[in-house]
Amino acid sequence: MIRLERRPEPSRLWTGVTPVLAVLLTMIVGGIMFAALGKPPLEAIRTIFWDPLFHPQFAGYSRPQLLVKAGPLILIAIGLSIGFRAGIWNIGAEGQYIMGAVCGAAVGLAFYPADSALLFPLMVVAGALGGWAWAMIPAVLRTKFGTNEILVSLMLVYVAENILASASSGWLRNPEGQGFPGSRNFKQWPAVFNDELVAGTGMHWGVVAAFIAVIAAYVLMARHIQGYNVRLTGEAPRAARFAGVSPVRIVFLCLGISGALAGAAGLFEVTGPAGQVSIDFGSGYGFTAIIVAFLGRLNPFGILLAGLLMALTYIGGELAQLMLGLPGASIQLFQGMLLFFLLATDVFTNYRLRFARRETA
Amino acid sequence: MKRRTLLASAAALSLAAGGAFAQDVPKVGFVYVGPVNDGGWSQHHHESAMKMKEHFGDQIEIVEQESVPEGADAERVLTQMALSGADLIFTTSFGYMDPTINVAEKFPDVKFEHATGYKTADNVSAYSARFYEGRAITGYLAGAMTETNKIGYIGSFPIPEVIRGINSSYLHAAQANPEVEIAVVWLNTWFDPAKEADATQALLDQGADVVLAHTDSTAPLSVLEKAGAYGFGQAADMAEYKPEPRLSSIIDDWAPYYIDRVQALIDGSWESHNVWQGIGDGMVGIGEFTGPIPDDVLSHVTQMKEDIASGAYHPFTGPINKQDGSAWLAEGEVADDGVLAGMDFYVEGVTGEIPN
Repeated sequence: MIRLERRPEPSRLWTGVTPVLAVLLTMIVGGIMFAALGKPPLEAIRTIFWDPLFHPQFAGYSRPQLLVKAGPLILIAIGLSIGFRAGIWNIGAEGQYIMGAVCGAAVGLAFYPADSALLFPLMVVAGALGGWAWAMIPAVLRTKFGTNEILVSLMLVYVAENILASASSGWLRNPEGQGFPGSRNFKQWPAVFNDELVAGTGMHWGVVAAFIAVIAAYVLMARHIQGYNVRLTGEAPRAARFAGVSPVRIVFLCLGISGALAGAAGLFEVTGPAGQVSIDFGSGYGFTAIIVAFLGRLNPFGILLAGLLMALTYIGGELAQLMLGLPGASIQLFQGMLLFFLLATDVFTNYRLRFARRETA
Repeated sequence: MKRRTLLASAAALSLAAGGAFAQDVPKVGFVYVGPVNDGGWSQHHHESAMKMKEHFGDQIEIVEQESVPEGADAERVLTQMALSGADLIFTTSFGYMDPTINVAEKFPDVKFEHATGYKTADNVSAYSARFYEGRAITGYLAGAMTETNKIGYIGSFPIPEVIRGINSSYLHAAQANPEVEIAVVWLNTWFDPAKEADATQALLDQGADVVLAHTDSTAPLSVLEKAGAYGFGQAADMAEYKPEPRLSSIIDDWAPYYIDRVQALIDGSWESHNVWQGIGDGMVGIGEFTGPIPDDVLSHVTQMKEDIASGAYHPFTGPINKQDGSAWLAEGEVADDGVLAGMDFYVEGVTGEIPN
């Protein structure tokens, strides 16, 4: 008989090993799946994990794209991880991301075609505030009426999507766009275009913000009293209350930080890589960031690596579709496996296997 | 500037590499916004691409990428496709317009074809279908078949193409039945069977007995079948709902165009253009007329289809007023393509407001 025995405290070794193990298992099972689809498994795995970084033909372009794709994922995931540590489950980062983009873009477009250097920072603030305000709805409802922030924040994603649709086909629509939906393109407006800071690197302000957020989150969680309060609330809510930590304040703090970061990510994306407010602007970063946060073990530096890894599977997955004709759904399945195996192997962090001796009756 | 030279060298590199791999057959790429089995828009582009591939056999190579989000991701996918040595790339959704233009600028030797947009460049063509021609026929049928004098319309997004469809449907429904009223429901999606079914039911509850859909699933027809009301196939023939509730259908058929353009690529005669093809060119197909359509209506719509195909009749021929009563087209005047392309107003007789 094999049984699981709870460890007295989570294993440090396994905490570090499980992400690596999850990636390896994903490669193996994913490879079997690709083989079943009649595609060469090793080549597929190599195309996903190796080619975006080192392929002579593509790498020059796709390496910087890794940062472009990972930037918003990391920025959002950092915000979410703080809440997750406190047991506050903001599932609606996608909505906050969209609202940040819409609010920031609206503020910017109100001044079109101004040429002030102050405009872009103003838009960043408006974007962060937009995301923050959207996250305050579940925060207020939870603290005042005890509603579940998981449901409220998730439902607000769909509301945000409808606001986005109305903005892009209505009040933010490009007046020179011949009636088609979509706002003005920020790429054609140099004063606010969030371009690469150094050409050919993929580094735009959003990526810089993501790196800053990683460091700030580390300092907050490891060195600051509020970070301690957040962790305490998550690990021992009763103890936290006895220690004088106000649960209401923690809810506002966590949802506020994650909303503001998601909103800022949306603003950086809409003024940069995406270029415009359009009906399909929200492309799932807010949801993927949840995976990134857990894959990174809710640790800021782990999230940094996890974001880059996730970006790699996106870009490599696209290459695999292109080069090997793999169906798009198989790539999504592959990414899903990553989270599945992470959660599955995670059991060993908190439990250990015991090969029980047969009890003599 | 630096960025451009970097990409130019990347492009040069890809050409060199493409030459080294030397398969020598032109490579044609397709990018789809949905999965290739969505039952509607993307599936029809994919099937047309497959027909095109069948036509040319080993003369060409084809690469496809499905479920590509519009915006930044599309730009990356297109760049990678161009880097991989594609010679001609079809981008099959409106939202790929700016990404297509941006990528085309960096790869002047790669040719692009963008569906349903309005921007072109030396190496970017635009192609679109005059679905409003098909709407004229289904609209007339709807007006002729309604007994409650009320027809429903399921709108996807309030963009010119959909507004044109509503106007064309209403104008021709009113030709068949001057008493007819049209009720529009907006869904803000192209494909969502559950929402489409709900909208159909809501329109039936409001008294409509014929419902036209501008969304791609078969859910409306399945609701209409239970209610004993009528509808039409959209994007696909939806033949499984023959003879009722489906009376006819508007079918997207891109294959003739794809074959034509790939042939031009092979011949070296490809040039950028902006085309808008309809029933006459075969891009808009009208499915078989089925169900209890009276003979006089049947002969009228058959004639109308021929006249539209030959160019003898334009569905937007004056006199037509705008919704607010102001004059748009004078007697005998035909709408010009520029106005149609950006249509953002209802014609007189359509009730309700366009969202925003």
